[in-house]
Amino acid sequence: MSDFVVRAEGLRKRFGKTQALDGVDLAMRRGTVLGVLGPNGAGKTTAVRVLATLLRPDSGHAEVAGIDVLREPQRVRRRIGLTGQYASVDEDLTGTQNLVLIGQLLDLPTSQAKRRAAELLEWFDLAEAAGRMAKTYSGGMRRRLDLAASLVGHPEVIFLDEPTTGLDPAKREDMWGVVRNQVTEGASVLLTTQYLEEADALADEIVVINKGHVIAHDTPDGLKRLVGGLTLRVRPADPSRVPDVLRVLDKVAAPGSTASADGSAGARPGAASVPVTDDSALLDVVPALREAGIELNDFGLHLPSLDEVFHTLTTKKEELV
Amino acid sequence: MTTLTLGTVSDSPRGGSLAALARHSVALARRSLIKTMRTPEALIDVTLQPVIFLLLFTYLFGGAISGGHRDDYLQLLLPGMLAQSLAMGGIALGQNLNADIEKGVFDRFRSLPVARSAPLVGAVAADVIRYLTVCVVMLGFGMLIGFRVETGFVPAVAAVGLSIAFGLCFCWISVWVGMLVRTPGAVQGLMFLIVFPLSFGSNVFVGTDTLPGWLQGFVQVNPITPLVSTIRGLLIGGPVASHLWGTLAWMAALLAIFVPLALRAYSRRA
Repeated sequence: MSDFVVRAEGLRKRFGKTQALDGVDLAMRRGTVLGVLGPNGAGKTTAVRVLATLLRPDSGHAEVAGIDVLREPQRVRRRIGLTGQYASVDEDLTGTQNLVLIGQLLDLPTSQAKRRAAELLEWFDLAEAAGRMAKTYSGGMRRRLDLAASLVGHPEVIFLDEPTTGLDPAKREDMWGVVRNQVTEGASVLLTTQYLEEADALADEIVVINKGHVIAHDTPDGLKRLVGGLTLRVRPADPSRVPDVLRVLDKVAAPGSTASADGSAGARPGAASVPVTDDSALLDVVPALREAGIELNDFGLHLPSLDEVFHTLTTKKEELV
Repeated sequence: MTTLTLGTVSDSPRGGSLAALARHSVALARRSLIKTMRTPEALIDVTLQPVIFLLLFTYLFGGAISGGHRDDYLQLLLPGMLAQSLAMGGIALGQNLNADIEKGVFDRFRSLPVARSAPLVGAVAADVIRYLTVCVVMLGFGMLIGFRVETGFVPAVAAVGLSIAFGLCFCWISVWVGMLVRTPGAVQGLMFLIVFPLSFGSNVFVGTDTLPGWLQGFVQVNPITPLVSTIRGLLIGGPVASHLWGTLAWMAALLAIFVPLALRAYSRRA
């Protein structure tokens, strides 16, 4: 059996004047989470819809669970679960009715469909609301029900299209737990997101898409390294000491760079940071700061955030075009 | 929590594809029925609205149209208005399907291994309950204000059966429109444009011989006309057989034209 549970080559799809997918290649290893990251309109949803057999591409080839998506969509459908961008639960049906219907459509005998529904509702903390119409559910509950609906058939591959859009941070973390759990159970998850934090938290590998092109495919750490080196950030207890901190940091700056005070690029002011070549800079900076009598609130080496990664990647790409 | 293990997926539907289509359609029809039961206000167009139309045409226009013979007019009018209400009753189906697609509910169905047509067939099947409601309400209320079935119980049941069957064929126009246009409101607007000329440009309200020649021509080819004539025959007496053949031919034609159109529009709608 192939190591890759999702494989797509050269997917193209045009809607009117918009080239939604312009030659997208994707590969996801069995039992992993692939994060597809990109801004609105990047083509993430279109790619998921092609892989989930909802949309035929203009050209290109895609396999899910080793089966050709275009030639044998019904076989693919027996092996996937899809949670769309908008919670697509049936509002006039109860939680149980929603899940039992999916079970019946998956050809489970009714008794088994009911058992599976009860199991999933319990597991998603919806047991109490099982008999209530989904229209009475909160946003978070609907998302959980939607996700539960995509798991009724024990899918091998789960597609989650922006599963946490619109959820508050606590609910988002709950959802992350669910995703990790599915991978433990043996599923492979392809997840699209606009949240860089989310891809970093969940994905084994990340594909960055912009304007229908894949502009990067790497591990989260590899991606961060690709775009920039380490940054040393120092936050003195007394914000007025930032200029002194800058003088110390300048001495360990990577060739061709200088230390700068935070506060311009959205970071909280009162700190200073400097690009460094490796962690040996720490050894030089700590004694120098102590000597200068600067007390610290925070001190650390950081990889660039995915936000910065994405920004760099897209600008690089635009410069190339 | 896992009761099935991965990799034990069977690739063919249980009992062959036709049995699967029937089973999935029934499951989806049940879904539509639950929705209908939960939102009784969605039945206004097959309960209150036909009653109001019936009152309007009996008491407001009826006297003028019939030259004062309001009771005789009701005998002619009610079978016709039953047909009109059936045609109008199908409009909501297209609107509901359109809304379902917009909400993404159908994406889930499409990602499941069910026949492409199952969600549409299921929704149409569930509309039986609405057409049955139209028949019961129209006949029940009609009798309250003086309508009499002049034939008998069996022909009356046959009239109801034919009405429901016609409704199930006619509503595929609405399904098709529901797949084509963007919003539920647009479905309603477009369907009124189709249903109004068909239901008024027929033999429902006035005798065809009172119309100018060109309009008579339209009435002759209108699918509502043979239906009305058949229902009249079954409820108040008169020839049935010849009209029945015309009605059945139209029902077959509606299915042959609009089912493929609806399915094609559905699969194109991404």
